[in-house]
Amino acid sequence: MQLKVVLQQLGLPGEVVRRAAVSAYEAELNVIIHARRGTMRVCVRPEWTDIEVEDEGPGITDVAQAMQEGYSTAPPEIRQMGFGAGMGLPNMRRCADHLEIVSQPGLGTTVRMRICHQRREAEHG
Amino acid sequence: MGEKYFHSVRLVEERCRGCVVCARHCPMEAIRIRAGKARIFEERCIDCGECIRLCPVKAKTTVTDALGRLGEFTYNIALPAPSLYAQFPPSIAVERILGALLKLGFDAVCEVALGAADVTAAVQGLLQKKGVPRPLISSACPAVVRLVQVKFPDLLGNLVPFEAPVAVAARRARQQAVATTGLSSRHVGVWFLTPCPAKMTAVKQDASSGITGAIAISQVYGDVLRLLRDGEALPRVPVQSSWLGAGWALSGGEGQAATESGLMVVDGIQRVSEVLEQVALGTLTGVRYIEALACAGGCVGGPLTAVNRFVAEEQLRARAACWPQEADRGRVQVEVKPVPLPKPVLRLDKDIRKALRKVESMERMLHLLPGLDCGSCGSPSCRALAEDIVQGQASETDCVFLLRQRVRDLADEMKELAAKLPPSLDKRIEKE
Repeated sequence: MQLKVVLQQLGLPGEVVRRAAVSAYEAELNVIIHARRGTMRVCVRPEWTDIEVEDEGPGITDVAQAMQEGYSTAPPEIRQMGFGAGMGLPNMRRCADHLEIVSQPGLGTTVRMRICHQRREAEHG
Repeated sequence: MGEKYFHSVRLVEERCRGCVVCARHCPMEAIRIRAGKARIFEERCIDCGECIRLCPVKAKTTVTDALGRLGEFTYNIALPAPSLYAQFPPSIAVERILGALLKLGFDAVCEVALGAADVTAAVQGLLQKKGVPRPLISSACPAVVRLVQVKFPDLLGNLVPFEAPVAVAARRARQQAVATTGLSSRHVGVWFLTPCPAKMTAVKQDASSGITGAIAISQVYGDVLRLLRDGEALPRVPVQSSWLGAGWALSGGEGQAATESGLMVVDGIQRVSEVLEQVALGTLTGVRYIEALACAGGCVGGPLTAVNRFVAEEQLRARAACWPQEADRGRVQVEVKPVPLPKPVLRLDKDIRKALRKVESMERMLHLLPGLDCGSCGSPSCRALAEDIVQGQASETDCVFLLRQRVRDLADEMKELAAKLPPSLDKRIEKE
């Protein structure tokens, strides 16, 4: 929420603020679920906002697989309750203009996202 | 920037003692205490009326048109908001309340609840369509609409795009008056009897709505009560609205009329803000329609009502069971309004580079400030003072704590200096 206030004070368009807030939120949720603790760093420049989230959690063994919509590490009973829809990473990819995930299983994960302030021209896959 | 933005909230100067209560509770931090008086900064005010409600000395009020203005028109129509019915116990029939309005000088009455039912029908139709934003957010409360414009511009597309019930009622009433009296429209005065400063502002701002002016319910309450109590014969005006429309005055009334499932009702401006944060994050997946009202309890809790909101709520709810059946009048077409524009008032500077520098300065300033949010400086919080300082509207020493620290530091310096006289003049050295 504090991120959102600052971005609004900077006069960034509502759409940019939304994308930053949603990607930060999804990244934060991932840390809470898998790693319990992590650090978020935000760097705002006139042209873009960078969000970096780092944790010392279990890491992601197969990043490409994790990025698939619907892929979830949640066990069936959790999924039945409605959690673990597997949309976190795909949501982040949709919101951010650049997304980089570096992970070492057993050591931790770092997610870097860049949200460009100018309207994007090309559509993401 | 164009014309000055009109706000209906006003200060009664003699009563204001600069106590900071309104400033500290304003959801938009739009108030500053200057020279012992509360001043509202227009761009940030959303007319929610919290300050009117909270002022301990009743120094806040709204501009309201006076009944005397009826004299300017040949034919005057009253548009009572359904909150009016709630001001009186259910033993008093609505027909008599409306009749009392005729005795006040109005020539005709058109219930806003009629317009509300028309808008409900339009919303029901909208919810059936495909591709409708989810959730839809009601635009009935102008304070909420303004909150969205300022704090949640990405949700502007979720607002219900229809005009307000009072605008629909005004159109009906005006057309009917012109048809029956043969007068030209400019001789017809259409007056909204409202519980709400936000609606009052909305009426004043939109000349095209066909509403001449707005009168606070609290202004007419006394006169209407006297007429009802006097037992004098009052004309009985048949009730034309249904409970569907009258229920809008209560929190949940509008929403329950619009949809049976996926409804969320939230009232109180702080709670609305909280819910909208979640909508922006996309967490409220099961919700199709949000009824959001700035006033706790709904419009019956508006600052311009006369009766306590819990009493009003109970009095209106009790009427539901015996509400007269709606006469079949057919629905009136409701106009679609364009999406409101965002208002970037939170923006520190148009130039993002300057804005970035200002944010940094603000953070540094915030570390210096004590973080008590006491309001002594005239700003509602330390964060607000930091922003005011960075924008050149206040200075560091406005903060009493910083000022005293400075005085102490200066005193220490003076002591040091006082201890050092040149040896040629310092008589104390000789004595040692």
